[in-house]
Amino acid sequence: MTQKKFMFVNRKPPYGTIYALESLEVVLIAATFDQDVSLVFVDDGVWELVKGQDTQGIGIKNHSKTYRALEGYDVEKLYVEKESLQARGLTEDDLLVDVQVLCSAEMAALMATQDVVLSF
Amino acid sequence: MLHIVNQSHTGRDALSSCLRLAGDGHALLLIEDGVLAATAAAAAASGIAAALKRLKVYVLQGDVAARGCAARMAEGVTLLDYGGFVDLVVEHPSNQSWL
Repeated sequence: MTQKKFMFVNRKPPYGTIYALESLEVVLIAATFDQDVSLVFVDDGVWELVKGQDTQGIGIKNHSKTYRALEGYDVEKLYVEKESLQARGLTEDDLLVDVQVLCSAEMAALMATQDVVLSF
Repeated sequence: MLHIVNQSHTGRDALSSCLRLAGDGHALLLIEDGVLAATAAAAAASGIAAALKRLKVYVLQGDVAARGCAARMAEGVTLLDYGGFVDLVVEHPSNQSWL
C-alpha cells in the first residue's frame, strides 16, 4: 500500500464537542493502515493534552489516557504550537505525553510537507 | 439575570457578545468549554478579568476538573456544582444561554 503523510490538526478543547475524540479515532484507523501519521495541537487543541483531566463530574469517559497509548500504534509524531501553549499559561511540563514544541513558522513549514491534512 | 456561556472565547464570539450585553450586577455562569475563558492565563484576553468587576462570575466545577483546570482558575471566580447551578437558575427570574 502506498504510504502517505497524514496530518491531524486538533484545534478544539476536549469534551465540549466530539471533535477531540473523533480525531483520536481516525488517527488510530490511519495508524492501522501503516500511514505516516502526525498529530498537531494548536489553539484550544492544546487542552486535549493537559495533565490531570478528571471527567468524573461530567459523566464522560476520560479519553486523554489514549494519547499515551499512541506510541503502541507507532504514532510518535506529536507537535504542539508554542504560541498556543503560551497564550494559555501552559508549558510542555503540563502535558501528559512527550511532544515536540514548534513555533508557528516551524508548524507552517511542517504542514506544507503533508499529503493529507485533516482538521478537527 | 443569569447569562450562561458554553463555548471557549477563542474562535467563537458568544462570550464577547454576552459580556457586551450583560448588565452590571448580572450573573455569568461558564460551563463546558466556556470555563477556559476564566483560567488565570486567559482572563485578561477573554474579558473575564474586566467582567469580574461588574458581574458575579461562576464556573461549573465538573467542567473545570474535566479539562485539568482545577488549579488554573482566575481569582474571584466562584466554583459551582450541579446543585449550585440549579440554585442559580432558581434565584434569577430570567436566564439566557448564549449559543
